[in-house]
Amino acid sequence: MHNPAFTIENLGKRYTIGHQRANGDGMRHAIEGAIRAPLTWFRNGWPKKLQHVDFWALKDVSLQIQRGEIVGIIGSNGAGKSTLLKILSRITVPTEGRILIDGRVSSLLEVGTGFHQELTGRENIFLNGAILGMSRAEIIRKFDEIVEFSGIEEFLDTPVKRYSSGMYVRLAFAVAAHLEPEILIVDEVLAVGDAAFQRKCLGKMGSFAQTGRTVLFVSHNMEAIRTLCQRVVWLKGGRLYKDGNAAEIVEDYFNSTSNDLSFSCANADYGLSIEKVVLRNDRSEKCCRFRPGDDLVVEISYNAHKRIERPIIALGVFGASGSCFTSNMLLDGHSPKSLEGAGQITCTFKSIPLLPQNYVVKMIIRAASVNDLIVNYQEVAGFSVVGDLAEYGYKGDFRTFAPHSTPVVVPYEWRLPDGTTAAVALTRPHLSDRTDRALMHDPENIVTAASIHGERSLG
Amino acid sequence: MTQLLIEAGRTEGQYWRDLWRYRELFYFLAWRDLLVRYKQTFVGVSWSLIRPILTMVVLTIVFGKLGKMPSGGRPYPLLVFCGMLPWQFFSTAMTESGNSLVMNSNLITKVYFPRLVITVSSVITSFVDFLISAAFLVLLMIWYHYTPPITVLLLPFFVLLAFGAALGVGLWIAALMVQYRDFRFIVPFVVQFGLYISPVGFQSGVVPERFRLLYSLNPMVGIIDSFRWCLLGAQSIYWPGLAVAVIDVFVLLASGIWYFRKTEQAFADVI
Repeated sequence: MHNPAFTIENLGKRYTIGHQRANGDGMRHAIEGAIRAPLTWFRNGWPKKLQHVDFWALKDVSLQIQRGEIVGIIGSNGAGKSTLLKILSRITVPTEGRILIDGRVSSLLEVGTGFHQELTGRENIFLNGAILGMSRAEIIRKFDEIVEFSGIEEFLDTPVKRYSSGMYVRLAFAVAAHLEPEILIVDEVLAVGDAAFQRKCLGKMGSFAQTGRTVLFVSHNMEAIRTLCQRVVWLKGGRLYKDGNAAEIVEDYFNSTSNDLSFSCANADYGLSIEKVVLRNDRSEKCCRFRPGDDLVVEISYNAHKRIERPIIALGVFGASGSCFTSNMLLDGHSPKSLEGAGQITCTFKSIPLLPQNYVVKMIIRAASVNDLIVNYQEVAGFSVVGDLAEYGYKGDFRTFAPHSTPVVVPYEWRLPDGTTAAVALTRPHLSDRTDRALMHDPENIVTAASIHGERSLG
Repeated sequence: MTQLLIEAGRTEGQYWRDLWRYRELFYFLAWRDLLVRYKQTFVGVSWSLIRPILTMVVLTIVFGKLGKMPSGGRPYPLLVFCGMLPWQFFSTAMTESGNSLVMNSNLITKVYFPRLVITVSSVITSFVDFLISAAFLVLLMIWYHYTPPITVLLLPFFVLLAFGAALGVGLWIAALMVQYRDFRFIVPFVVQFGLYISPVGFQSGVVPERFRLLYSLNPMVGIIDSFRWCLLGAQSIYWPGLAVAVIDVFVLLASGIWYFRKTEQAFADVI
């Protein structure tokens, strides 16, 4: 039985704001006083007593991370993620609590730490490697591999200040990727680089973990967290908020942050303000988590201080790979005659045929003259579609790729040589073992429901 | 298996082992500073010769020709250069190492290694300049047909002393600079003054005997005198002065390391 990689007990980190002086004593204060006083007086007159405010970036965090675990750390900005990583990677010390680390730690809090603009790619590989804790012999041994991974052979002897930002990042990550610590700590480094390279990096980190090493990974990219980690730690206000299964916590997190996205805007020229945009389900509950086949209601609350004739509203639902579907008054022609005073407009997208992924809703409002924008095209809400595709009759081996496939699924039907027909649709599941029940309650549904379960066609 | 315990309010015992583990970083950081220093310059490394040579010329004219300071029968440029060798090293090392932490703040906030590496390697960088100047001194001696006395064999000890002095002061300034950028203004000031209150352009023999010990409190006095004694056999060595210098260096170095270690943990938060 191995020891845990990290044992963290009651960890706390306090920063003092508005009063930079840390507690010290004796000689230090004497020297400070003697040197500072005349300068301070000269600048500011007699020294005033500075207000000092304590701020706990982390408080009472206790955690145990086992060897070989890949743990994602999430939380909004200022939740203490980076502070935690800084303490674990020994850049700063905790104010209270203790940590027992078992294994050699390498941390990657930034891509290209210590890169020097004036040095060539080759020189920077050595420098960066050494800073990250590789020995000279180790770097020489891995040099070719690093260069190959980065894919910038031709520019090896060019100063990195002449590099494009993409090349820079690739070289930097290539060095970091060839570290061989027992524990790897990574902060939001994948936010840079193009999609292909990001995939390459994620792959590298995944394979790293397969060799039984421990990875701690901070990211705002929930997809990356979900695919890479088994366990997620959610920090909130410097405290441990939730800790557990990655898929569940990411989902919770996504919901809570989507709820936080409260859109509002105002256009003074037209005297129109959009108070809020709320997503609701078909039971009119505020919601940001839908199942495939649910109704999606977009409710726009406005307040028109001046009368607006025939405003044209368009909504679009976007997934990671782009636009999925829209509702557009410019096409359908159903713009309201006029808006005046406070009111609401809702648009219901019926049984959304979307795969479990994350989506955003964008909105644009134009004046009747079409060319004038009242509200610019922008994100107004976010939601996620969640659900087990098996319940919709999906049983392919590649179901795990659903988060990356084309999100919109129009109902379709296979007709196979043996006479089998199989209908697929992302409408609400009443399937397999529940078929009978569903049939009793809602016989119509069985026709539209997905049923790849090989219903023999009667004909 | 490497186990590490981090506990609030306790300095960890692994520090010196870590310093050993990161020993190659001394070399890499010094190498970087040297590589970078003369990039995109026209005359390149020659700069580390041009500066001391010009200073030597000026000091020879001011103190030797105009000030008519005693030279004890030795070529005045040689006398000046032997004084400048340790002084130049001390002053650049102090300046560079004083700035070293602030200059490398991106490293300090993003990656762990013993911070001592940064400051020490900047002294090493200055030491390379020292070696280049020393090579020039050899040429100068050949030019003047001057054979150094046997005491030259003691030189490494005094070089070490100069290194210790530079590092001691450098550690103090580097650590203080992290919190108080006032030192950015203080250091050039000290360097400027130091050139005149240390016996660089003249021999310390010109200082009245009763002030000699007081004068020696400046560790560079003992070090510069010793350099001249080693290289030129100039004047008999002033032993109390040397003793004071050794004590000075020891105190500076010990207290410098102590203060640096004491504040090191907060560097990333404060810088």
